[in-house]
Amino acid sequence: MPTDSSVRVRPLTAGPGVMAAMVAVVRRDLQASFRQRQDLLNPLLFFIMVVTLFPLGVSPEVSFLQQAGTGILWVAALLATLLSLDHLYRHDFDDGTLEQLMLQPQPLYLLILAKVLAHWLVTGLPLVLLAPLLGVMVHLEGNSIGILCLTLLIGTPVLSLIGSIGAALTLGLRSGGVLLSLLIIPLYIPVLIFGTGTVAAAAEGAPVSAYIALMGAFLVLALTLAPFASAAALRISMSNS
Amino acid sequence: MWQFFHKLGSPKWFYGIATRLMPWLLVGGIALLLAGVVWGLAFAPKDYLQGNSYRIIFIHVPTAFLAQSIYIMMAVAAVVTLVWRMKLADLFVRSVAPVGAVLTFLALFTGAVWGKPTWGTWWIWDARLTSMLILLFLYFGVIALAAAIADEKSSARAVAVLVLVGVVNIPIIKYSVEWWNTLHQPATFKLTERPTMPAEMWVPLLLAVLGLYLIFGWLACLRMQTGILVREKRTRWVQELVRTGGH
Amino acid sequence: MSEPLLQAVDLQCERDDRELFRALNFTIAAGTLTRVEGPNGSGKTTLLRILAGLNDSFSGRLLWQGEPRDARREEFLRNLLYIGHRPGIKPLLTPIENLRGLLAGRQQVADTVLRQALEGTGLAGYQDVPCRNLSAGQQRRVALARLLISDEPLWILDEAFTALDFHGVEGLERLLVERAANGGAVVVTTHHDLRLPDIHRIVLGATAVAGDHGATCQQAGEAHAH
Repeated sequence: MPTDSSVRVRPLTAGPGVMAAMVAVVRRDLQASFRQRQDLLNPLLFFIMVVTLFPLGVSPEVSFLQQAGTGILWVAALLATLLSLDHLYRHDFDDGTLEQLMLQPQPLYLLILAKVLAHWLVTGLPLVLLAPLLGVMVHLEGNSIGILCLTLLIGTPVLSLIGSIGAALTLGLRSGGVLLSLLIIPLYIPVLIFGTGTVAAAAEGAPVSAYIALMGAFLVLALTLAPFASAAALRISMSNS
Repeated sequence: MWQFFHKLGSPKWFYGIATRLMPWLLVGGIALLLAGVVWGLAFAPKDYLQGNSYRIIFIHVPTAFLAQSIYIMMAVAAVVTLVWRMKLADLFVRSVAPVGAVLTFLALFTGAVWGKPTWGTWWIWDARLTSMLILLFLYFGVIALAAAIADEKSSARAVAVLVLVGVVNIPIIKYSVEWWNTLHQPATFKLTERPTMPAEMWVPLLLAVLGLYLIFGWLACLRMQTGILVREKRTRWVQELVRTGGH
Repeated sequence: MSEPLLQAVDLQCERDDRELFRALNFTIAAGTLTRVEGPNGSGKTTLLRILAGLNDSFSGRLLWQGEPRDARREEFLRNLLYIGHRPGIKPLLTPIENLRGLLAGRQQVADTVLRQALEGTGLAGYQDVPCRNLSAGQQRRVALARLLISDEPLWILDEAFTALDFHGVEGLERLLVERAANGGAVVVTTHHDLRLPDIHRIVLGATAVAGDHGATCQQAGEAHAH
């Protein structure tokens, strides 16, 4: 209960800092995710199933899988991320926590960054951790698997960040899910190209550090620009609701 | 400054200007395009490598050129939409996005037609064609989002954000597609990349590009005028205009 | 006592080609209670969301302590408590976790204080039950527990009395009056008939007359003391 009975205007400095607010966002999102464990598992199961479709649908031959394996895993990871994006803001939008987030006195793009981080921790990171297992199943070589995981580790946060823009733009729309994919897939193409291309280059024995650095540059670019675009998009969607 | 923008943003003012401008754009555009295409198709010299089949560049290059620059123009209009909230800028974006998509498709189609005699197949995953295909996807996204949001203001700003995100990505996409192309196939003959082009070839090409620009300007004005009439149907000047039959 | 916190100058808002309100001028001062009134669809919720900064498709100016609100957005938000239709309660989390999350960016509050606040709204014993197991009224109370802790001088409450039982309504009415007396400013919309003394009103006109264009038959709202 407030100790002083008179209410007065507070300066901005009277509240907790930006870091504390961001940590709280991550913690709350993780808490909510772990209460609904099945939702955590679904993108992973989807990932595994999509990968399984290729040997069945195209060919189980070792030579084919070895050649196409990286692409299959990357495309499956991309689709799994895409599917999970619809949840990024929708639950928060429905229960009203999103508008409370937007009314926090901290810069919105930093709070969004925290939300995307939480989202990546429960979707992107598990995909990266699962990739070696699936890599073995599509007969990738040890070295390729290592590079693949590295590219996924750098690439999946980019997918989440770009995707957050689409999720924010399509928030509250009826056709949200499919529309989101339409908007976002073209933007995913560079990450996909460099993700798979780096592994292919490594398989041919070419040095890959330059490509890895380039993917790192993608990540930095996405980290700096995507939260701003998402914040702008969220404000627009919120004005429309 | 603000007053000027305000005037520029006035739909009524634009409607009047467009009405006066459109005949010139159309006539000039058709004249230039015809001159360029006829010259290119009938009188320009044969290419020493490809013979007559290269002549499709007089259609392919202008469409491809315009398809890309329309997206850039949309991005400029998107900035205006977000910063000054000018309704006309948004109207421009949603009026020309389908035009851009059609031109992109035409560029792809003529590229494919050209590909048949050049590569012996209708489609090849050439870097330029692939980039154009992705550009077409970007146009589709803009059109889909514009259609999905009912509220005019929200739709305008959301589309503007998407266009800007797209325009930031275009160079990245182009660069990565080119890299991908070198990775997967040895550098072969590339569309439109000619070491030297004699004046008899590039002058008609330039005329065709300019002509298509003017025709695009006419089409943009026409579509925007239609959009203005729909949006401003409640205002007195539009009702007056409809009553007097447009004069 | 009557320090102006939030001022609206010449507010106008259109939605889906329909004008909700126009030339709306009012001042939300410290120590006052303001009720936004009007029939369904007259834009009460829209007005509150505009005031809170959730909706920015309007024209006109909003001043926070005499300066443009958007120039001092973060400071304004630090001093605003908004509770909307959707109360901001995550069904998967417990009341105490929800409050922690909602307050994290605003105030540092010990858990014991949060527990007391939840007890204060009649949720003793429910503090650690996931909110999806609570009734609508109880979930509402979780959100309203924030009022007992809040140090923000400006409260904007949309349909604050929804889903509350008789005692809840009574308690909330008392709380709002006390708040205004202590120098806070409260803005509410409600269909509930408030029996509060000295309440300010913002009346939004209806444009629901069939066949009429919103632009012409609009009644401008006006704030005046009752």
